[in-house]
Amino acid sequence: MSNSVRSGTEKSSHLFLTLIVLVLSTAFIVDAAYAGSWLSIKGDGNHDRRNKTAMKFLQDPEDALSQLPPDTAGNQVDWVKAIEEGFIQPRSNLYDHTEVRMMDLDIIMPETSTMNYVMFPHQQHTAWLDCKNCHPVFFEAEVGVSPVNMGAILEGEFCGRCHGAVSFPLTECNRCHSIIKGTFTGQFGAQYPEGANPEDYAYVPE
Amino acid sequence: MFQNKASRWIIVSLTLVFSLLLAGLPSVANAEYGDVILNKYSDANDMAPVIYPHWFHRIRFQCKVCHSELGFKMKAGGNDVTMADIVDGQFCGMCHNGEIAWTTENCELCHSGKPGLKSGIIGTHKTLGPGIW
Repeated sequence: MSNSVRSGTEKSSHLFLTLIVLVLSTAFIVDAAYAGSWLSIKGDGNHDRRNKTAMKFLQDPEDALSQLPPDTAGNQVDWVKAIEEGFIQPRSNLYDHTEVRMMDLDIIMPETSTMNYVMFPHQQHTAWLDCKNCHPVFFEAEVGVSPVNMGAILEGEFCGRCHGAVSFPLTECNRCHSIIKGTFTGQFGAQYPEGANPEDYAYVPE
Repeated sequence: MFQNKASRWIIVSLTLVFSLLLAGLPSVANAEYGDVILNKYSDANDMAPVIYPHWFHRIRFQCKVCHSELGFKMKAGGNDVTMADIVDGQFCGMCHNGEIAWTTENCELCHSGKPGLKSGIIGTHKTLGPGIW
């Protein structure tokens, strides 16, 4: 049967079917890319399946991680969102005498070659880490002093201590390079709130 | 767009086959992102290597607990962890003491790796990890 003699209804029903198949296939691809898929303890290639105790008692990542806000990389969990929105309440200290320190101060780093500027938020980082985890061992607590560069980060230094190992991986360029060049008109470096005294934000070693 | 029924259905089938293939591609991931294998002493002492899951622990504790309060260095291989220290209440033993978490008598829960695994941080969803690990 040629196109010329086929009825309009038949044509549109075929087009409709084609569209449905296309939409479904796209949904399938998107789903596979975004919905979490975690290897089980039994099938991750590292745990020894002959270890019956471990096979019985160890939790599969999927059991826990599928309940948390999804992400596309790393553990496929948006850990910052998970802690901010109360999906998890991880303990901040074991001992009563430990001072739990947090700080809200964004740092904008402009030396990014052709990439967009980097914005580093202290708040999301101190929700997990203490000041001394990064200062002064990985970064001097002073803007513009540490020779941070992408090569070193990819080799596991600076941000790469965690990013690429436990926190979101280095494939996620734009999450750090988030300040679009040309649209930012403020001062680089620490973004103190209006009227704030920078000394209140100074690093205090323990 | 499509000249005839046959070519239309060929395109539709190809799309479907491709999407199935893409969806079913095996992931390059090995273990879970952030898992650390500790095998400095295990194999040598006829014990299975330890697999430490970051994901499991960070649901319960912020990074700062182990890496600041307890003093674990933030580098795989940077901590010289021995079983004697752990039993003595150091490193893992700060929590795995029967008070905060189960005791070190449950050998097989930590020593759960295949013999011969290489120490280091492994398991990423999209990358194969930073160069120095």
